[in-house]
Amino acid sequence: MTASAMTRNTVTGRSTSATPRFSALQRLLHWLMAVCILAMLFIGVGMNSTVTPKYLPLVETHKTLGFVILLLALIRLAVRLVVGTPPLPADLPPLIKLGAHLSHYGLYALMIGMPLLGWGMLSAGGYPVVLLGHIQLPAILAPSDALHTVLWNAHFYLAFAFFGLIALHVGAALFHGFIRRDGVLESMASVSAPREATRPRK
Amino acid sequence: MPGTPIRRGDVAKFAIGAAIIAAATGAFAYTAGWLSPGRLTPTRLVAALAPPGGPALGHRRNHAKGICFTGVFESNGKGAELSRAGILAAGTYPALGRFNLGTADPNAPDATVRVRGMGLQLTASDGTLWRAAMIDPPFFPVSTPQAFYDLLTASHSKDPGAMKGFIAANPEFGTFAGWAKGAPWTASYAEDAFNSLNAFIFIDAAGARHAVRWSFVPQAPVTPITDAELTALGPDHLEQEIAQRVAAGPQRWNLVITIADAGDPTNDPSKVWPADRRTIDAGTLVVQKIEEERDGPCRDINFDPTILPDGIAVSDDPFPAARSAAYARSFNLRTSEVKDYPYNATATTGATP
Ligand code: HEM
Ligand code: HEM
Ligand code: HEM
Repeated sequence: MTASAMTRNTVTGRSTSATPRFSALQRLLHWLMAVCILAMLFIGVGMNSTVTPKYLPLVETHKTLGFVILLLALIRLAVRLVVGTPPLPADLPPLIKLGAHLSHYGLYALMIGMPLLGWGMLSAGGYPVVLLGHIQLPAILAPSDALHTVLWNAHFYLAFAFFGLIALHVGAALFHGFIRRDGVLESMASVSAPREATRPRK
Repeated sequence: MPGTPIRRGDVAKFAIGAAIIAAATGAFAYTAGWLSPGRLTPTRLVAALAPPGGPALGHRRNHAKGICFTGVFESNGKGAELSRAGILAAGTYPALGRFNLGTADPNAPDATVRVRGMGLQLTASDGTLWRAAMIDPPFFPVSTPQAFYDLLTASHSKDPGAMKGFIAANPEFGTFAGWAKGAPWTASYAEDAFNSLNAFIFIDAAGARHAVRWSFVPQAPVTPITDAELTALGPDHLEQEIAQRVAAGPQRWNLVITIADAGDPTNDPSKVWPADRRTIDAGTLVVQKIEEERDGPCRDINFDPTILPDGIAVSDDPFPAARSAAYARSFNLRTSEVKDYPYNATATTGATP
């Protein structure tokens, strides 16, 4: 996190004349992944509550999309370490700022952790991990009942924590956008819109 | 923020956003089945297998009584005509499996269980796995997973009319009941044929798809016996017998693949295909070693019949998907109940040769 920490420290507050926004690549990754992750949560609970033939394609999609998310999350983390993030509004209370940072770390931990837990759970369960029907991944853990159970529970409960954190995150984004109107929503809002088109962060 | 009065329109937008979050949460709960108590979920399907006294913790929720085996599959290469799966190319490949009884009770006496099964895992040279779980009746009792659930519910029901109602709604069950009553028994797993019953699709090197079912047909001569004779042999005869028999010499089954004609039903394992369908003998399963389940390599394996190599795929048969969902549920339960599994209890009475 050094690069982002630096950005936050050197750019003081938000009274700079330039509009601080996430880079286009970060915005693209954010929205692409938001769609994928929401889909994953729905696919996950959907597949586990059906015994119809759609169970199998749902499971296959779940595994494959889960790996795509893992790869994208690692790229996104690298981009963030290099490019940094725009500073939060200077007038945001410190506790809220801390909450914002912690929730973002939490989201990163889940974006990277959930796929690893899924992969680990299948490995510990002695299952082959096969994507798209024929891409065979290696097992990352030796078979073990105890590990399978721990990882299954973690994957299960963290999935719901993930949903809750996203709901909180979206609520906060809307609060910034519509109640505070402080430019935070705009800093991530559009994938393509040029800087000038957005309301400046004051 | 200071000096920026909150505008009514923005509050409305925020409220709409909050409503969208609430709606998404509702949709999530609906997708998870929490709002649909009637939906047949893996949890309900597996719960229905439990006998009235509750499930045997730590054990498979069905086919709970079993014993592990290892050996090889000697593929003769003839199956390659139907499927490009590595396991059907000529060669010898590791095999791991489990002989079992179709009961939720790990201590059920052999002669009280009509259906016997085999779980099997074959590993091709490139490491890809083919898992299967097959049983000895020539057809399945019911046509759909829902009907299987209804059967379980009816058979555990206290309502004396429940089974009658079930049979009236699922007439195919009568054929199975006839088999269960009339078919001879054997005194050995080595004399039983194990049938896929579900139809699968084999995909050949050119990409052509062939609907098939398969059976592992025993090479050992079959000696039919009655259930009374089996009862007289003792409650755990099958495991003791197979351990002794394999210790004396490997036991063999031929993999016989039956190819459907156009129009043969692939979506209903209760309907047999006509006897004149073309078959291919693709190789021999050689069982070389028996180990007790509690120490054996088969215990912690889920013989999920949808774990298939490239070259084998599910068909429009609705069972494999339902089974995959149910077996995962059973596996999750039993692997989390290790403390209830009798690792050390009566460790000396087993059938290990
Ligand atoms: C961002 C990534 C992921 C998210 C958000 C996610 C979410 C979920 C959810 C919500 C469930 C259903 C929980 C339930 O209702 O029972 C689930 C189950 C499951 N997930 Fe994931 N998952 C992710 C990645 C993965 C990956 C990469 C794999 C495997 C390679 C995987 C394998 C599984 C499996 C096997 C289950 C079923 C577990 C069971 O047998 O109950 N997941 N996941
Ligand atoms: C599945 C869902 C989502 C995930 C996992 C997610 C994750 C994240 C993460 C990790 C960040 C930190 C910046 C970064 O490094 O990329 C972030 C920032 C942001 N997200 Fe999301 N997000 C999701 C959905 C949404 C939605 C639906 C909205 C809007 C309604 C939104 C609005 C924002 C905003 C405005 C920021 C910028 C916050 C700042 O300035 O620090 N996100 N998001
Ligand atoms: C919807 C229908 C079915 C349900 C709900 C069901 C349920 C189950 C369950 C819960 C297990 C234990 C899995 C484990 O814990 O590893 C099991 C095992 C087994 N089932 Fe099924 N089953 C169904 C249909 C079938 C069919 C059609 C066959 C055969 C053609 C079959 C053959 C077997 C065999 C042989 C085993 C034991 C596998 C082993 O040794 O682990 N089942 N079944």
